[in-house]
Amino acid sequence: MNETQNLLIGMAMGLNLLALGSSRLPSVVRAMAVQGVVLGLLPIVIEARFDWLVALVGVVTIAVKGVVIPSLLRRAMRAANIEREIEPFIGFVPSLLLGAVGTIAAVALAHELPLLPEHAGTLLVPGSLASIFTGFILLVGRVKAISQVCGYLILENGIYLFGLLLIHSTPLLVESGILLDLTVGVFVIGIIVDRIQRAFDSLDTRKLTALHE
Amino acid sequence: MTSLLELVVRLALWLLLAPLLPGVVNKVKAWAAGRTGPPVLQLYYDLSRLWGKSVVMSGLASPGLVAGPAIAWVALVAAAMLLPLGPAGGALSFSGDVLLLVALLAAARFCTAWAAMEAGSAFGGMGAAREVSFAVLSEAALITAILSLSVQTGSVVLDGMLSLSSGPGAVLLAAGLFCVLLAENCRVPFDDPNTHLELTMIHEAMALDHSGPPLAVILHGASVKLLIFAVLVSEAVLPLGRLPATEAAAALAASVAFVTVGVGLVESLLARLAFRRVPLLLTSAFLLCLFALLLAWKGGAR
Repeated sequence: MNETQNLLIGMAMGLNLLALGSSRLPSVVRAMAVQGVVLGLLPIVIEARFDWLVALVGVVTIAVKGVVIPSLLRRAMRAANIEREIEPFIGFVPSLLLGAVGTIAAVALAHELPLLPEHAGTLLVPGSLASIFTGFILLVGRVKAISQVCGYLILENGIYLFGLLLIHSTPLLVESGILLDLTVGVFVIGIIVDRIQRAFDSLDTRKLTALHE
Repeated sequence: MTSLLELVVRLALWLLLAPLLPGVVNKVKAWAAGRTGPPVLQLYYDLSRLWGKSVVMSGLASPGLVAGPAIAWVALVAAAMLLPLGPAGGALSFSGDVLLLVALLAAARFCTAWAAMEAGSAFGGMGAAREVSFAVLSEAALITAILSLSVQTGSVVLDGMLSLSSGPGAVLLAAGLFCVLLAENCRVPFDDPNTHLELTMIHEAMALDHSGPPLAVILHGASVKLLIFAVLVSEAVLPLGRLPATEAAAALAASVAFVTVGVGLVESLLARLAFRRVPLLLTSAFLLCLFALLLAWKGGAR
């Protein structure tokens, strides 16, 4: 049970690094979508016996993070006619190295934390910390609005991973509320991206710092 | 006497089998492109033809142009002698021989780069600069991979390190070492062995001014290096020490063939990377090996 769980979280951590290292927008979106699917499978794997509530959370997560949000982002990308190259503030090699250092630091930190014995052997906490850190790097280190959105979503994946520690105490309402918020957020961002593109002829967020009449 | 005989047989095996690998790679590439392609033994014909030719040297070239390839070839063959061949073990085995393996590979690279710079033309220096700057990263990955094998097995002898599998990190290590293999042997995502365009060639630029027997020695050395890395990848991943002798030998041969075909397929399916992207891929290879090291370390502590 722990083996499959750790394998899935390990895959999610690998996808973090893939998102940091890829130089094309679609591949960042794809890495994020696959990570969403992997994380959606997790609650089903964690449970020893089948539970309707948990299975529902998993299926809805897969549907929203793996299908709905990526297709919204792809639509926004098509509508705004963005070139697919990413120009980073922090270069690919430094951000990849930063991500790797963050992952290692997360594993080391999780060793020191006073966790419950059933969580101590799993990668849940290090995986969540590493994903949050990766999300931060993407948010800070990328210029295009869409890749910043991807960073935000990976950060949210990390928070979701942390929430799995409390899967029985969190009601379904809260989970669905979070997913709904996320979808609406990405929807709004898709519209904003289109507006930015029309107003500035580019999605470069550096141009948003100058004031215009 | 038997040990001397064994050494000769082993040397003959390495020297004669190595030129087969580039032939297989080229055959796979030709098959993937729907061509007939050159015969598998093409490199043997090339080597014998080059050996019969005379050496053309520029008036500005130094004797290093001939000495470099020769020293590099000797270093590579010595490295091949250190590498264990499955159940047969290495020709020479002592504590810490893995360091000598890395040092010999580095010495071979140094001598090839040195010979390229002694040629008295600009191309050699250009190729040498590129080769050495990529080598910084690929050597880091190789050393990390060897470190992870050493931590996994608790041994610093190649025989002991390579007879067991690399445990849970085997997949990571295999991917990382395969990347290192492609980079070290100047195969496609890093360098195109067919290109002779001065803007992009790396290994070919170093060998551009060589002719006759020194060129034959460089080509043969490159094929020995490819075989060394193919054997290294296979032995790092497969638990050959747990199999009976004949099965282990068969598994090793099959795995080397598999790696070679893999190189050919990568070469025909991928385009080569832009220069500025190469460090990224090499850093990823280094990270793969690093995470394999961490897995080995944590697994050992548990």
